[in-house]
Amino acid sequence: MSDCKQQPDMKRREFLSNTVVAAGAVTVAPGVLLTTTEAKADGKGVSSNTRWGMLIDTNKCADGCTSCVSACDKENGIDLVKKPEGHDDAMWEQQRPQWIRKVKLRDTQSSVVSNLPLMCQHCEHPPCVDVCPTGASFKRADGIVMVDRHICIGCRYCMMACPYKARSFIHADVAEQVVNSPRGKGCVESCNLCAHRLDAGQGNTACAEACAKDGHNAIVFGDLKDPNSAVSKALKSQPSRQLREDLMLNTGVRYTNV
Amino acid sequence: MHRLNGLKRIAVVMMAGILLSISAAAISGSMVVEGSKAAGMKDCVAPTMDMRRNHMDYLKHQRDEVVHQGDRSDKFALADCVSCHASKDKQGHPVPVNAKDQFCDSCHDYTAVNITCFQCHRKVPEEK
Ligand code: HEC
Ligand code: HEC
Ligand code: HEC
Repeated sequence: MSDCKQQPDMKRREFLSNTVVAAGAVTVAPGVLLTTTEAKADGKGVSSNTRWGMLIDTNKCADGCTSCVSACDKENGIDLVKKPEGHDDAMWEQQRPQWIRKVKLRDTQSSVVSNLPLMCQHCEHPPCVDVCPTGASFKRADGIVMVDRHICIGCRYCMMACPYKARSFIHADVAEQVVNSPRGKGCVESCNLCAHRLDAGQGNTACAEACAKDGHNAIVFGDLKDPNSAVSKALKSQPSRQLREDLMLNTGVRYTNV
Repeated sequence: MHRLNGLKRIAVVMMAGILLSISAAAISGSMVVEGSKAAGMKDCVAPTMDMRRNHMDYLKHQRDEVVHQGDRSDKFALADCVSCHASKDKQGHPVPVNAKDQFCDSCHDYTAVNITCFQCHRKVPEEK
């Protein structure tokens, strides 16, 4: 890539994030310690020895198939969010919550079409985290980028900052929820790689499971830091890409054959 | 010096007795609602007096542990409070745990505490 002018200055970023980390360990007032993203002292909870990610083979992603989307909707109670009264259909289609969506790419030169599921790419340097004024948008030690909706004020800066359009806003009260995924009016949300499943030791996401069940196996999920995981092996065996790799976000979700 | 006569003395003792029994009832009277799982049980996830006083801190601590550290090993899960403390109506339908006179409303109504947790969190146990 020759045109480097558009790229973020990573040195400045690193300096900023180091300063923030240093400040993060400082006691603000007696007895008040700011939380850091490090693993907990008691060894429970997630650690940075893991980084969750996935590899998506667009050749295996079938045209018209939406198994991953419906599995995600069900797992995370997204299908329980109903169109608010008085909203018109077009607005609803644009604004309804979506953690994964199917995207179709057509090469204008060759007319070759590829299909892919697009969700939060779980960047190592997430722009949504950079812009969040409250710290609600954060990256967990195991690499999952998510929203703490207890401190989200619904400003939607993160939605603007995300190059993948991966985040949704809840515009109206929600009547029904699942325990896995509470949601209510006024907060931003996005794919959290089924964190509740991973925390419970079920090492797979609902979308990857559904894709495999339908025999496509387009999504391989796992620990990028474990050299023996299926996803690490798959990444090693073939060339893959990050979407918008020019932004140098080091995404946790990678694609082949795009 | 003024001395209480016999009748007045009896009245004072009786008043004190009534006050004492009212406050004793307030301390031992349980807010646990009929028809909930908790109604048939002896203990909460921590000693009852501790829960009365500190449940809000435990909940907020657990919330941060779960969301930021992915540590779900502690015992103060909001989902568990709901599954144990929510009651059922006469038809056997679950009643929202924060509805009027239900468990999470009982004291909060009295103390004018307003919690927004159930705008997002399920108010009735999840059916499995
Ligand atoms: C396994 C069932 C169970 C779970 C789970 C549970 N509780 Fe309880 N809780 C009880 C029982 C039983 C009592 C009554 C104990 C008694 O009478 O001494 C109680 C009592 C209480 C009380 C005191 C009520 C009073 O009358 O003073 C509070 C407050 C309370 N629970 C809050 C909670 C919260 C908050 C949670 C979630 C973190 C929770 N409970 C989870 C069973 C449960
Ligand atoms: C805007 C929506 C929203 C509101 C309001 C909200 N929560 Fe949550 N809460 C969530 C989400 C999302 C999670 C993450 C669920 C998960 O990963 O399992 C969560 C998780 C939790 C957890 C850990 C999971 C569990 O069931 O124990 C606790 C504890 C919790 N919240 C407490 C609270 C309390 C207390 C309040 C009210 C003061 C509250 N929350 C208000 C969205 C909300
Ligand atoms: C025994 C009475 C009692 C019961 C039952 C009770 N609470 Fe409370 N709760 C209180 C009191 C009193 C306060 C306010 C304490 C204060 O202001 O310092 C409070 C405060 C809270 C707060 C903090 C509110 C804030 O604005 O910070 C939360 C969260 C909470 N309760 C959750 C619950 C949930 C969930 C339940 C049902 C499972 C419940 N409580 C049941 C007495 C109770």
